Amino acid sequence: MRIPSSILTLLAGMALVLTGLWVGQNVNLLPVDASANAPVYDELFRVLFSIGTILFIGIVGLIVYSLVRFRRRAGETGDGAAIEGNLPLEILWTAIPAVVVLFVGIYSYDIYDRMGGMTPLNDHSMHSMAGSEERTWGGISPVSLDGDPAIAPLPVDVTAMQFAFIFHYPDSDITSGELHVPVGQPVALQMKALDVIHAFWVPQFRLKQDVIPGQPTLLSFTPTRAGQYPIVCAELCGPYHGGMRSSVIVEEPESFAAWVAKNSPATPATTTAVQS
Amino acid sequence: MTSTQPDTIQPDVAEAEHGHSDHRLFGLATFLVADGMTFAGFFAAYLTFRAVNPLPAGHTYELELVLPTINTVLLLVSSFTFHRAGAALRRGKHALCQSWLLVTALLGFSFLAGQMKEYFSLPFGLTDNLFASTFYAITGFHGLHVTLGGLMILIVWWQSREGGRISVDNQFPLEAAELYWHFVDGIWVVLYGLLYLL
Amino acid sequence: MTISLMPEPSSTGSLQPQGWLRYLSFSTDHKVIGLQYMVCGFIFYLIGGALAGAIRTELITPISDFLPRETYNEVLTLHGTVMIFLWIVPVVNGAFGNYLIPFYVGARDMAFPRLNAVAFWLIPPAGILLISSYFFASAAQSGWTAYPPLSTTTPATGQIIWILSVLLLGGSSIFGGINFIATILKLRRPGLKLMQLPMYCWAMLGTSILVVLSTPVLAGTLVLLSFDIIAHTGFFNPAMGGNAVVYQHLFWFYSHPAVYIMVLPAFGLVSEILPVHARKPLFGYTTMVYSILAIVFLGLIVWAHHMFTSGTPPWMRLFFTIATAFIAVPTGIKFFNWLATLWGGKLSLNTAMLFCCGFIANFVFGGITGVALAQVPFDIHVHDTYFVVGHFHYIVYGGTVFVIFASIYHWYPKVIGRLLNEPLGQLHFWLTFVGFNLCFAPQHWLGLNGMPRRVAEYDPQFTLINQLSSAGALLMAISTVPFLINVVMSAFNGAPAGDNPWNALTPEWLTSSPPPVENWKGEPPLVHEPYGYGVAPGELSLQASSGRDLWSLGQGDQP
Repeated sequence: MRIPSSILTLLAGMALVLTGLWVGQNVNLLPVDASANAPVYDELFRVLFSIGTILFIGIVGLIVYSLVRFRRRAGETGDGAAIEGNLPLEILWTAIPAVVVLFVGIYSYDIYDRMGGMTPLNDHSMHSMAGSEERTWGGISPVSLDGDPAIAPLPVDVTAMQFAFIFHYPDSDITSGELHVPVGQPVALQMKALDVIHAFWVPQFRLKQDVIPGQPTLLSFTPTRAGQYPIVCAELCGPYHGGMRSSVIVEEPESFAAWVAKNSPATPATTTAVQS
Repeated sequence: MTSTQPDTIQPDVAEAEHGHSDHRLFGLATFLVADGMTFAGFFAAYLTFRAVNPLPAGHTYELELVLPTINTVLLLVSSFTFHRAGAALRRGKHALCQSWLLVTALLGFSFLAGQMKEYFSLPFGLTDNLFASTFYAITGFHGLHVTLGGLMILIVWWQSREGGRISVDNQFPLEAAELYWHFVDGIWVVLYGLLYLL
Repeated sequence: MTISLMPEPSSTGSLQPQGWLRYLSFSTDHKVIGLQYMVCGFIFYLIGGALAGAIRTELITPISDFLPRETYNEVLTLHGTVMIFLWIVPVVNGAFGNYLIPFYVGARDMAFPRLNAVAFWLIPPAGILLISSYFFASAAQSGWTAYPPLSTTTPATGQIIWILSVLLLGGSSIFGGINFIATILKLRRPGLKLMQLPMYCWAMLGTSILVVLSTPVLAGTLVLLSFDIIAHTGFFNPAMGGNAVVYQHLFWFYSHPAVYIMVLPAFGLVSEILPVHARKPLFGYTTMVYSILAIVFLGLIVWAHHMFTSGTPPWMRLFFTIATAFIAVPTGIKFFNWLATLWGGKLSLNTAMLFCCGFIANFVFGGITGVALAQVPFDIHVHDTYFVVGHFHYIVYGGTVFVIFASIYHWYPKVIGRLLNEPLGQLHFWLTFVGFNLCFAPQHWLGLNGMPRRVAEYDPQFTLINQLSSAGALLMAISTVPFLINVVMSAFNGAPAGDNPWNALTPEWLTSSPPPVENWKGEPPLVHEPYGYGVAPGELSLQASSGRDLWSLGQGDQP
C-alpha cells in the first residue's frame, strides 16, 4: 500500500520549511556587525534568507520533479491532461504571497523605524555645519537604540570629493582623513559633497547614504564593536571611484579621548562639548 | 471547452485586410500620448523644482500675463478655425477649407510672434537661474511643436486646393494635422496654467 | 499545405530586393523586419558581451591593471547601454513582437508597416554612433544611468553622443510600441476576441503601454541633461540652483518600467513555449492576463526604490517599499501558473523546454533578491554593490536572455524552415546555465561583504570570488560557440522542419515554414483556443496525436 501523496507532500513541505529556517539561522553571509543597528539588520536578513531559501528550493524542486515525473518517455505520443485552470488554487497562491509580502513589508518598516529611518530629518536640535540651519535632504537621524536619550550624538562633518573623504570634528576642530569614533556613543555624520555624487558606506555598520552636492545629508549610527572597518564610496564618481576608500576606527572611549586630545589643534580651552 | 461559432464575416474584412487608413488616427493619437508624456516629464520637473528648489526671496519673477493670455486666446481660436476647415472639406468646399486653414496658420504664426516678443522682453536669459532655464525649456519645446504644426498647416493648405491630394475621400492628412494642432493647444493650456497662473 | 524551403520571391518584375538581400533593405514585411531586429540585436549582444569580458578580465586582479581607469568606466557604461537598448529591448520587442504579433492576431502585417521599417532602421545608426564614440572621442563614462553632476563634468563629446544615441533608440522603441498597440487592438481577425489571443499579445500590449508612457519621460530628461552640458543651464547643477536628485526621479520613472519592458515580453514568450512542449493548456489564462495588467500598473509607481539611499525623505522611501513589494504578487502568480502548466504534462525535454525551466529557476532567484532589495533597510546596505549587479543579471540574463534562447530554439524551424541540432542545443544550454550561475551567484556575497559596483579595484579579500565569477563569464562566452555553429549550420544542413514540427496550435504553425509573404495562403485561420492541448480527464488516449484541431476558416469548426 502506497503512502498517500498528500502525506508525502506535507512531509516535504515541513522539511522544506525547517531547512529554510536552519539555513537562515546558521548560514552566515554577512560581515561582522559593528553598530547598534547591524544586529537589527541581520534579523531582517535572516528572515528574508529563510523565506527565500524555502521559496527557491521549493520551486526548483517542483521543476526538477516535474521534469522527471512528467517527461515524455520514448515512444509515447499523446498529450498531458487538459486542465485549464483552478480558481481556488489560484486564489490560494495569490493570497499566500500577498500575506507573506505584507508581513515582510510591515516587518521591514519596523526594522527601519528601529534603525532611526522614520525619524524626521530636520527636527532635531543639533549643531549644524557652518552654524547655519541647513536643510537635511535625506539620510538617517540619530536614534538611541539602547535607551539613553541623554547621550548627545557626536557630530562629524563629512566632506566627500573626488576621490577622498575628509572628516572634521566641529567640537574639537580636528580634521582627519580617517573617522575615529568611540564605542557606544551615537555619531551623527553631516555630509556634503563638493563635486559629484558620492556615497558613504560602512559594510560592518550596514549603513549607506549618498553624499549629494547641494543637498546635505545625514547618517547616524552607534558603534558597538571596537575595530577598524572600511569606508567605501558606493556611487560612481569618476575614474578613481574604486580607490575612494577610508577607514572608521572604533575605539574604547578612553583611547578615543586620547586621540582627540592628541590631534586637537594647539589652541587653548579645547573642550569636548557635552550638550544637554 | 468547446469553441463558439465564429461571427459571420463582416463586410469590412476586406477593408481590414487591405486598407489601414482607419487606424492611422489611432496611431497618431497613441503617438500624441507619448509626446504628452514628454511634456508631463517637463511639467513634473518644473513643479518639483518649484517645491524643492525655490528661488531665493527677491529673485522670483512675476511674469507679465497680458501677452501670454492673448496667445492663449489666439491658440484656442485657431483650434476652432481648424475645426471649421475640416467641416468645409467634408462638404467638398475646397476654397472655404483653404481660407479657414490660412486663418489658422496666421493665428499660429501670430502666437509664435507673440512668443518671440515675450522672449525678448523678459528680464532673464536661458542660463540665469533654474526658473529661467525651465521656463525657456518648456515654452521652447512647445514653440517647436507650434512651428512644426504651422508648417503642417501650410502643407495641408496647399494639398487642399481643388485637385490636390486632400479631398472628401482623403481627409486623413487634414484630420491628422488637426488632431496634432488640438494637442498642441491643449498642452499650451496646461502650460499656461502651470507656468503663468500658478 | 506546401512545404517551402526557400523564402518565396515577391511578385515578379518588382524592384524590391529578392532573397537574402531583403534583409539589408528597407523592407516593410514584418517577418523580414523581425529577423533584421534579431540579427542586429545579436550582433550587439556579442559586442556587449565583449565589453563584459573586458570588465571581468579587469576584475581577475584586485588592482586596476588591465585598462586605463577612464576606459574602464567607458566600457562599463557602454556594456549596460548596449545590452539594454541595443540587445534586449529591440529583440524581445522588435524581433519576436514584429514576427509573431501579426500571426497571432490573424493579420497579414503590422498596422503601420512603413513605421515598422523606420523603427528598425533607427537602430543600426544609433548603435554605430554609440560604439564609434569609444574610438573617436572618449565614450560616456558615467554609467548607463548618467547621473549628473558626474555626467555633466566628464568629457562632453562622449556624453552627448550617448544622449543622441539613446534618444534615437528610445524613439525607435516608441514607434514600435505604437505599432503593437494599434495592431493588437485594431487588426484582429474578425471573430477573434481579446481574451482568445495568445498570451504573448497581452504581454506585448502591456509592454507597449509602458513604452509609450515612460520612454518619452527619459527623452525629456536627456534633453534637459544635454542642455546642462551644451548650454550650461543648471537643471541638475546645484551650483546653479538645480537639483541632482530630480534627474534621478525622472530617469528612473522610465528606467524602472524599462525592466518590465525587458521582461514582460519574455513572460509572454514563455507562455507560448511551455504549453507546446508540455502538451498541456496554459494554466489560468485569465489570471495571467490580469497579472500582466497589474504588473504594468504597479511598474509605473515604484521607480524610487532605486533611490533609497539618495536624497529621499522617509515617507517616500516607505511608499515605494510597499508598492515595489506588491509587484511580487502578480509576478508570483505567473510563475505558479507556469509550474502548474508543467505539472501533469507530457514534457519534451528539448532545448527550448530546458531554457524555459532554467528561466524559471533563475528568475525566481532574482525575484527573491528583488523582494529583499525592495525593503528599505535591506537595500541601504546593498545598494550600489555587487549584490544589485547579481540581482539584475539574474533577471535580465537568467530571465530574459534565457527566454530569448528558448524562443530561438522554438521558432527557428518556423522562420528558417529547418530544425536546429538538438545535442548542440543541449550543450549550449548546460554551458550557459553553469557559466551564468558561476558568474553571478557569488556576486551576491561580494555585495553583502563590501564590494561596491562599477569599480576596477577591490579589497584583496574578494580576489578568489571575483576569479570564480570571471571563470563563469568565460564559460558564458564559450557557450556562444555551439549556439552560433548550430544556427549557421542548421540553416544549410538542418533537417527540414515541415509546417508544424511541434504540432502546435497557434496560427504561425498553421502555415508553411518559412511562411509565405502574406503569412497564409488563403484566409488567416481563426484559433479560438491557442492552448487547446491535452486530453480531457478520464479520457486517456495513448495513441492520440497532438491536441484538438480547432482552427477554422470562418466556416465553422472542423471536428
